[in-house]
Amino acid sequence: MDYEEAKNLVVEGLTKKQKSKSKFYFNDLAKLIGEKPRAAKKYVNQMVTEGILEYWSSGSTSMYGLPGTGKQAAAEHED
Amino acid sequence: MAKHETPMLDELVSGPWPSFVDDLKQLAAHRAKNEDNIEYQIPVDVVEDLLGILELSFKHGRTHWKHGGIVGVFGYGGGVIGRYCDQPQNFSGVAHFHTMRVAQPGGKFYKTDYLKQLCDLWDLRGSGVTNMHGSTGDIIFLGTTTPQLEEIFYELTHNINQDLGGSGSNLRTPADCIGQARCEYACYDTQDLCYDLTQEYQDELHRPAFPYKFKFKFDGCPNGCVASIARSDLSFIGTWKDDIKIDQEAVAAYIGGEFPPNAGAHSGRDWGAFDIQKEVIDNCPTECMWMDGKQLKIDDRECNRCMHCINVMPRALRIGDERGLSILAGAKAPILDGAQMGTLIVPFIEAVAPYTKIKEEVIEPIWDWWMEEGKNRERLGELMKRQGLQRVIEVLGVDPDPRMVQEPRSNPYVFWKEDEVEGGWERDINEFRKHHQR
Repeated sequence: MDYEEAKNLVVEGLTKKQKSKSKFYFNDLAKLIGEKPRAAKKYVNQMVTEGILEYWSSGSTSMYGLPGTGKQAAAEHED
Repeated sequence: MAKHETPMLDELVSGPWPSFVDDLKQLAAHRAKNEDNIEYQIPVDVVEDLLGILELSFKHGRTHWKHGGIVGVFGYGGGVIGRYCDQPQNFSGVAHFHTMRVAQPGGKFYKTDYLKQLCDLWDLRGSGVTNMHGSTGDIIFLGTTTPQLEEIFYELTHNINQDLGGSGSNLRTPADCIGQARCEYACYDTQDLCYDLTQEYQDELHRPAFPYKFKFKFDGCPNGCVASIARSDLSFIGTWKDDIKIDQEAVAAYIGGEFPPNAGAHSGRDWGAFDIQKEVIDNCPTECMWMDGKQLKIDDRECNRCMHCINVMPRALRIGDERGLSILAGAKAPILDGAQMGTLIVPFIEAVAPYTKIKEEVIEPIWDWWMEEGKNRERLGELMKRQGLQRVIEVLGVDPDPRMVQEPRSNPYVFWKEDEVEGGWERDINEFRKHHQR
């Protein structure tokens, strides 16, 4: 699988679920990409670097989301 | 006059022990006076507002913090923990109050210059409030605003030669004891292994892809000064394979009172004459020591490395020469299922740079398994409990070892699989009945 393909799968998958949730575990992304976690991580890292995904962290747990989605950006005065 | 009245917090000051309230008030006054003419980059009254919102939380019996967020530094998924106040109108100084985790130096060795640099940076760009150290071991910077995060990160990495630590679903900042730098009990170079793994696993430290947090900790000997056995998902504890080295002359000197036991650590009061039988031999958990005339004898095959005898008589007894480490997995604090101590998975492995065997045969197989089969927010210890230690042994590709069992029948985890048994599970019932009546 190439990066573009992985990116499309993730963006499409997350966009579909936007109504019910805006933050996703890494495993959710790996499942969308259909690769083992270590292989999926390379694509996910690149998507974060390019600003296609953003991190969210509670301090103990990390999640991923599409930038600007969910309540977080507004709640944190970051938008 | 203080910005906010804090009658309930003031109660904490009235007790016999030092209070963080005193410290915060002192810092608030220091920032207000600003005798050093610092160009504070976040509100000067941040500490006063911190006291104010804490008082309000006491009054309401609920928190006014919103915890977690999308803030961080570019390229890193950890090291910054977003925190916001839900009363920004009244406490504008703490509207943003993010935590930054700064990796601590190996063994927590500092030069005062280094500490001053950190404090100067934090006075300028943060609240000045620190936590030395957080539970994971990091230097914790408490309270700054979003625009300061990149500035602080730049200063840390370019001028102070230090990195952010781990947070979230990352490898957390590895922590080690002072090791061979200062301690004669250290069975391997804890700081070298800690530093090596920190560098090797930078991606795991800064870019979260684990199901949950993961901690390495390194104890140079079984005394466990960083308590890795209780506090880390993978605990590296120094040990030795051969015999404890005995200097019989020094044993006699302890008995004769020439050397103080425990290197004089308990010399604050008179405990009477040193009694080797009572204070050492009778306290041996495996009863593997005895006096043969004036000679101390140890049956080293029975020794479980409790370290008691060595701690009491460090000049007479020394760790062996065939040194390495044991690896235990799965310790955790009690969020789910209660606290767990680490379980022994590797009884002995040599700890020699570049540590390839430790990385390729232990750490990476464990991670691959946990990343694939661990549920979201499931610690390694919980996965081990769910799938069984037998699965861990399969993952590592090692044979079961009696030392992995705490005591007989307490965790009988080894079950035969069909392909391990000659003939499998299929049997000819007629053939069986020829030899066994119904």
